[in-house]
Amino acid sequence: MTSQLLRITLVLFMVAGFLRPAWAALEIEITQGVDNPTRIAAVPFGGQGAGTLPEDIAQIVSADLSRSGQFVALNQRNMMSLPTRADQVYYRDWRILNQEFLLIGQITPHEAGGYRVHYELFDVYKQQRIVEGDVKAGPNQLRDAAHLISDKIYERLTGIKGAFSTRIAYVTVDRKTDGSERIKLLVADADGFREKVIRDSREPIMSPHWSPDGNKLAYVSFESRRPAVYIQDVSTGKREKVPSFKGINSAPAWSPDGRKLAMTLSKDGNPEVYIYDIASRQFTRVTRHFGIDTEPSWSADGKSLVFTSSRGGKPQIYRKHLQTGKVERLTFEGDYNARGRLSSDGRYLVMVHRRQGIFHIAVLDLERNRLRVLTQTDLDESPSIAPNGSMIIYATNDRNKGILAFVSLDGRVKSRGPAKFGDVREPAWSPL
Amino acid sequence: MQLATLFKVTLLGLAITAAGCSTTGGGADAGANGAGVNGEGAYGAGDRAALSAEEQAAADAARAAAEAEQLLNITTFYFDFDQTTIKQEARAALEAHAAYLVQSGSNVVLEGHADERGTREYNLALGERRAQAIARYLTALGVSSQQIETVSYGEERAASMGHDETSWSLNRRVDLRYGG
Repeated sequence: MTSQLLRITLVLFMVAGFLRPAWAALEIEITQGVDNPTRIAAVPFGGQGAGTLPEDIAQIVSADLSRSGQFVALNQRNMMSLPTRADQVYYRDWRILNQEFLLIGQITPHEAGGYRVHYELFDVYKQQRIVEGDVKAGPNQLRDAAHLISDKIYERLTGIKGAFSTRIAYVTVDRKTDGSERIKLLVADADGFREKVIRDSREPIMSPHWSPDGNKLAYVSFESRRPAVYIQDVSTGKREKVPSFKGINSAPAWSPDGRKLAMTLSKDGNPEVYIYDIASRQFTRVTRHFGIDTEPSWSADGKSLVFTSSRGGKPQIYRKHLQTGKVERLTFEGDYNARGRLSSDGRYLVMVHRRQGIFHIAVLDLERNRLRVLTQTDLDESPSIAPNGSMIIYATNDRNKGILAFVSLDGRVKSRGPAKFGDVREPAWSPL
Repeated sequence: MQLATLFKVTLLGLAITAAGCSTTGGGADAGANGAGVNGEGAYGAGDRAALSAEEQAAADAARAAAEAEQLLNITTFYFDFDQTTIKQEARAALEAHAAYLVQSGSNVVLEGHADERGTREYNLALGERRAQAIARYLTALGVSSQQIETVSYGEERAASMGHDETSWSLNRRVDLRYGG
């Protein structure tokens, strides 16, 4: 875990160019949280030269947990004491402030300019320590350490794995005054920090999708004046073009084992779903219909693909069982359901759904066959589910700007990033 | 533009063809087909009596050439939401383009587009279908499929940046470009 952390951060550091984040964490506005969020106080971590540390771990953890909508973090200014060791904790101080949990910690120098971060989580009512741990971090890895601590706390208190150490890929478009466009594929931490340019182009970039190991992105680029699929290593920048054909080459989706890409080709005259085997560079055709078949996405077990098809006259979502070849229609409610994404347990299908002319993000419970519209915004698209299944990130529109927004799978939590200069679109959440 | 020079080369030939085909020579329905064609009555019929037969033929040819030029200036064709059917008002211009392509042997690129509503990948497919619909119409009129190239940009290249029906209707389109 730590070595992976090291590698990721080392690369982020080397690549440099930490640009203005598309949606910096502090600007994320929780528009709706759970009814009774858990109250937690994260005290500024102690340690040698704490004032000069490049990152405030307690602040990052507070922001992470708050962003989930399930927690409310106490403002550091309202704290009556600032313990950094267990023997300095007076539960009474925190009970008065109505806090349920308390996080404290210390940062000490570690080898090669790095740090060792010690953290302890206390249950204020039970008056006991419930989590304790150490995280080692390189010189520029304090943010990673903070996200890792957020993950541990979130998992301990909710029973669900945290997804704060993940990243999000997305596309931005800046329109110049001369009418030309600058299109960028970017990757940032899940909180919007440490943004990094993956690809910079004057031609459209679409449909980024993460490899299951989180090391690569597949995406569509028009740089050759027609849509083609590329696979790019996020750390090294090394890139390969997937063999392309006349017409559309698009909608790449990695298989859960990382060996294949489902994608759309229209070389036969109309869009069909194919599976591309990366090692053998061979394509296998999956769909066969004169309608539009596109937007494939794998089930977590790799045994089926969901895809959008116009075969019934309007776009609806279907599932193809790869072993039997059987195709079933999954969506029936409404006349526009597209870009389905299955939750990792296979129970929920997240999609773009049109209701009364407005495009929302909706979720279909496949067990109970119940569709639920999750968003109140319009022009919603590109939903991507967090790897822990807690939240969906999607693109929407605010005052004529493309922004990214979040909604929990149960619809209870909603938040949104700020409108920035230019448009942000097509978010893709990395695996854990 | 490039198109303008292409015009001049074949305009005369096209005009003669068009004039030859025109049976009645009546100016009444000139410009009646095709949205955006504003050339109706550009050449006054009142002068006609004073013209000799030869002059009359030349005037007809010139008018037909002007009409063809105006039709050839129409290079964007619009569609309804989630539809790939060519609109009636687009047909006259497409026929002029087909005649021009048959005669000149030039190449053409058809760029299909969609409005921003709905998903990006589905819109990419929709843009392709629109471009293909235009391509089929041109080939039915005798244009070789070798001359035609289609490419879809989906919703990635909006012509109008607004988020309302006015902009959307301008974005659901196929752009026809010579060259390619």
